[in-house]
Amino acid sequence: MLEVKGLTKRFGGNVAVKSVDYSVQQGKINAIIGPNGAGKSTFFNLITGVHEPTEGTIIYKNEEITRQPANVIAKLGVARTFQSTHLFEMSTVKDNVIVGHRLRTKSNLFDSIFRTRRLKEEEQQCIAKAEESLDFVGLSHVSDQLVTNISQEEKKRVAFALALATDPEIVFLDEPTAGVNPDETDEMAKLIQKMADKGLTICLIEHKMPMIMQLAHHIMVLNYGEKIAEGTPAEIQKNEEVIKAYLGGTVSA
Amino acid sequence: MNVLTNKKVIISLLIVLGIVFPFIIPNLYYLHIMTLAFIWTIAVYGLNLLAGYTGYLSLAHGGFFAIGAYVIGILTVKLEMGFWLSFLLAPLVTMFIGLIIGLFALRTKEHFFAIYTLCVGYIIYLVIDKWEGLTGGVRGLIGIPLPEAIGPITFQSPTAQYYLAFFIFLLVVAVIYRIVHSLTGRTFIAIRNSEDLALSLGISTKRNKLLAFVLSTFFAGLAGAMYAGFIRFIGPEIAYTTITFDLLTYMIVGGIGTFAGPIVGTFLIVIISQNLQFLQDYRMLIFGPLLTLLIIFSPRGIVGFIQMQLYQRKRKKQESLAYKNREEETNAGG
Ligand SMILES: Nc1ncnc2c1ncn2[C@@H]1O[C@H](COP(=O)(O)OP(=O)(O)O)[C@@H](O)[C@H]1O
Ligand SMILES: [Mg+2]
Repeated sequence: MLEVKGLTKRFGGNVAVKSVDYSVQQGKINAIIGPNGAGKSTFFNLITGVHEPTEGTIIYKNEEITRQPANVIAKLGVARTFQSTHLFEMSTVKDNVIVGHRLRTKSNLFDSIFRTRRLKEEEQQCIAKAEESLDFVGLSHVSDQLVTNISQEEKKRVAFALALATDPEIVFLDEPTAGVNPDETDEMAKLIQKMADKGLTICLIEHKMPMIMQLAHHIMVLNYGEKIAEGTPAEIQKNEEVIKAYLGGTVSA
Repeated sequence: MNVLTNKKVIISLLIVLGIVFPFIIPNLYYLHIMTLAFIWTIAVYGLNLLAGYTGYLSLAHGGFFAIGAYVIGILTVKLEMGFWLSFLLAPLVTMFIGLIIGLFALRTKEHFFAIYTLCVGYIIYLVIDKWEGLTGGVRGLIGIPLPEAIGPITFQSPTAQYYLAFFIFLLVVAVIYRIVHSLTGRTFIAIRNSEDLALSLGISTKRNKLLAFVLSTFFAGLAGAMYAGFIRFIGPEIAYTTITFDLLTYMIVGGIGTFAGPIVGTFLIVIISQNLQFLQDYRMLIFGPLLTLLIIFSPRGIVGFIQMQLYQRKRKKQESLAYKNREEETNAGG
């Protein structure tokens, strides 16, 4: 479904991602792990169009999307969350999520000024989508709260809801449980599982090994920008090089 | 519901106040000040759309205001075109110039954008000041005609001019309301909040930033044209950066990125400065510290402060209600 070949990103002299070949398994939970600074976030940023790759190609549904801007890639059905949330704190949870469906609407300035039927319909559509997404992530009860007043874990869920509101086929989640306590981590894992059960393809960066081993169908390991292993959780756990990278490199919780 | 009806009552009252003002205070000087305040508010609304809602602080706004004023001035005085046609063309020409400048300015972000537009504003001033053949240079343009009568309505009297400005003001407020409270407005807010996030949500930040920029120059040009039509004399000082900073002050005091902010800030400061006129330039000794305090304690101005208070009151009410309900439940259970 999504495939990258020879993907490379250099920041000046620093090679953040080095010639990675990878293909995402459709409808599965794909995990990417690796020590801090291994290039995981950069890898996501390349695929989702935040950064332009230095070399390599990205193919999504048989179409090359290598140098497409992020907003075009989003429209193709590729959604993402960021390692740190970028929500608008002084606005309500629902207001934050409504704009998530904007990319599926066509209303322009003219529609807004004259409040055309199209605008009214599309606004309803966006609101309905926001409610549906918030319901899916289990946040209906806080939808009228200001984001600044909800917990860190709830903010992560809002970010999920935003991604879901774009009507994606594949979702990239960058460390969704960073800064979330163990109990809540289990709940987040359940939510990710629920998304996969719905038929979404998931691509996940995570540090919490037990969670990954339990959730993921397929794991890729990055170290210093290079893919050093991939396979099922059982295979990865036994892999010599992975053990070495984690014990030798900076182990991060 | 309560708040909504309240809002409607407040708005209706303000409109009625606007209509009866010339009758309650039949003082030509106050009428003049009020008319100017309407004009400034329109310009501030343009600035707020860009700086407040989209997050791009333009310091060329006074320059675009002057372009609107000079376009109508040049068309009517030099080319002897009719008032209304010139009045229509002024914001459109301003918007077109805004489009071209925006294409370049929006390659920058944050403080670089502010600095870039500050330079643009100063260049606009220099062009107006030095291009004597077109703009009259330091002497400016004198004798901008009155608006031609529309049917039985004439615009000779200050009262008629007041009502004209008030009418356009209401129209602008309504249009801004719709823009801000629509998918377009939500798109702008998403960009202000985080461009990376907006992009990842499929929003073309480039196109929408340009739209906000061009719209802001439209309202600046409109306000400039109204100013020229009202004062009927314009000089290069209206392009000077002090105008930009006045508009900025009105916006920040009222509340950047709030809907009512431009009205509250502009009218408040215009009225206060009239009453402090005797202090002349020393007014700034009072305004400066007040502005600094306001920015520290309420970054979203007076309106933002009130909104926050209202929200917190509502939240406390809800919490105590939920608490009461829980208590009743446990009481009923026990
Ligand atoms: N925008 C950027 N500019 C320069 N260097 C970057 C940028 N983003 C990431 N890097 C560098 O790329 C490397 C990989 O970073 P990152 O992808 O964030 O790692 P991870 O997410 O695996 O912890 C790091 O050395 C980091 O400093
Ligand atoms: Mg990272």
